[in-house]
Amino acid sequence: MKFRTMKRHLREGIKNIFRNGWMTVASVGAVTTTLLLVGAFLALMLNLNHMADGLEEEVQIDALIDRTATEDDIQELRDKIQEIDQTGSVSFSSKDDQLDQLIEDMGKEGNTWKMFEQDNPLSHAYVVKAKNPADTEALAKKIGSLENIQEVNYGKDVVNRLFTFNEYARNIGIVLIAGLVFTAIFLISNTIKLTIMARSEEIGIMKLVGATNGFIRWPFFIEGMLLGTLGAILPVTAVLTGYYYLDHSISDKITYDFVELLPFSPFAWQLSLIIVAIGAFIGVWGSVMSVRKFLKI
Amino acid sequence: MIKMRDVHKTYANGVTALNGITIDIDQGEFVYIVGPSGAGKSTFVRLMFRETKPSEGSITINDVDMSNMKEKNVPFLRRNIGVIFQDFKLLSKLTVYENIAFALEVIEESPRNIRKRVMDVLELVGLKNKARFLPDELSGGEQQRVSIARAIVNHPKIVIADEPTGNLDPETSWGIMRIFEEINAQGTTILMATHSKEIVNTIKKRVIAIEDGLIVRDEHRGEYGYEV
Repeated sequence: MKFRTMKRHLREGIKNIFRNGWMTVASVGAVTTTLLLVGAFLALMLNLNHMADGLEEEVQIDALIDRTATEDDIQELRDKIQEIDQTGSVSFSSKDDQLDQLIEDMGKEGNTWKMFEQDNPLSHAYVVKAKNPADTEALAKKIGSLENIQEVNYGKDVVNRLFTFNEYARNIGIVLIAGLVFTAIFLISNTIKLTIMARSEEIGIMKLVGATNGFIRWPFFIEGMLLGTLGAILPVTAVLTGYYYLDHSISDKITYDFVELLPFSPFAWQLSLIIVAIGAFIGVWGSVMSVRKFLKI
Repeated sequence: MIKMRDVHKTYANGVTALNGITIDIDQGEFVYIVGPSGAGKSTFVRLMFRETKPSEGSITINDVDMSNMKEKNVPFLRRNIGVIFQDFKLLSKLTVYENIAFALEVIEESPRNIRKRVMDVLELVGLKNKARFLPDELSGGEQQRVSIARAIVNHPKIVIADEPTGNLDPETSWGIMRIFEEINAQGTTILMATHSKEIVNTIKKRVIAIEDGLIVRDEHRGEYGYEV
C-alpha cells in the first residue's frame, strides 16, 4: 500500500468519527461504561491477588533442632532439608538470634526475657520457605520426619484456610473478568454493528467503484481503534485519580503489613495501559468483525 | 468487447431472469436495453459489472472471462466499468467533490491528478460551482450528473446505466443524454437500460429488447417498440 493511501485511510477514519455523530457517541459511551467496570474490577482483583501473595510469602516453617544435635548433625540436616523438592530457601537461626527476636517482639515486657541470655532455653532452628507456598504443609511433614528435628511449626490451620481462600478468590476473579470482557466485546461489537449497518449502503457503493475489501476495511479499522481509545479516556482518568486517593488514604490508615496496595507507580500506569489496550482491541475487533459481513457484494 | 454466450440466470428464490442470452457489443457502441418491467433488463445490466453471476453460460469483457473470475479480481474489473443507477447511489456524507474523488482514491491516484481529473469531469457535467455541496443539497438531475461524473472520471471503457433518467423530469433527462452522447463520442461504450420511449425514439441507437429473459429484438437505430 502506498504511503498516501495509508494517510488517506487515517484521514477517513478520523473524519468518520465526526461524520457519524451520535453513533460515535453511543459507541464511545458503551466502551467507556464497560472499561470503567473492567478497570475498577481489575484494580480490585490485582490488589487482592497482591495481598494474597504477600500473605503467602509470610508463610514459613520453623524447624526446631534437637538440643542434643552436634555441629555436624546441624550441617547435615541443612543438606537434607535442601534435598527435598519443595524446599525454596533455608536459613539458620541460632537460639541467640531467636531470643533477640523474641525480646524485640515483646517490646517492654521483653526485658524480662533478658535474664535468659546467660542460659538460653530455646533451640536452634532452620527457617524454611517452600518454593510454592501451597506446598508448605507437605514440606513441613517431610522436615518433621527428619532426624534431629525436635518440632515443626507453621500455623497449620491458618495456612490451610488462607490457601483455600486465595484459590477461590483468584478463580472467581478470573471468571468474573473474563465474563466482563466478553460482555464488553459483545456489547460494543453490537453498537458498532449498528453504526456499520447504517453504512452498508456506503460499503456497497465503495465496492461498485472498484474498492478492494482491504481498502474499505482500513478506515473502519482505524475508526474502531479510535473509538476504543476515546472510550478509554474517562476510565483511565477515573482509575488514575481514584487509585491515587485510595493509595494515599489507605496507606495512612491501615498499618497491617499484608494489607498493602500495589504502589501507585507503576501499577496505576500499567493498569491504564491495559485499559487503553482493551479499549482499542474491542473497538478494532468490533468494527472489523461487523464490516466483514457487508463486504460480500 | 462484450461477449455473452448462452447466459442463464436463476436466482436463489427460483425466479428465472435470463433464459439464454447471446450477444456481442463492440467498443464504442451505444446500446439501449428495453423491455417490460421484470423482463430481465436489470439482471442483464448487473451481470456486466459482476454484481451478480450467471448461473450458466459465459460473459467476457475485453477478453476477461467474468464467469470464472476470482473474487479478489472483481474490484479491478469494476474500475474499467462506470456504473450509473436510477437512484444515483451517492455517499450522502461526502461532498460532490469527495464522491467523485473517491473513485480515484480507490485506484491510488496522486492527489494532484485527483484534483485535476475531478475538476475536469465536473466541468464536463456542468457542476464545477457545486463541488462543495452535499448530494442532498442538489436537485435530482444534478445528483445524477454527479453520479455520471463519478462513473466516468476513471475513463472507463464501458459505462453501464440502469434507468439513469427514471427519476428525472424530461428536460433534465435530455441534459443527461447529451452528456452520454458526448462520452460516447469519445469512444466509450454505453449500455443503457431505459423505459423512456422519447429518448430511444429520438436519439437513435442500437436497441436490444428483452422479454421473459430472452432477446426478442436487436436492431441498429431501432425504435422503443412498446406502448407507454
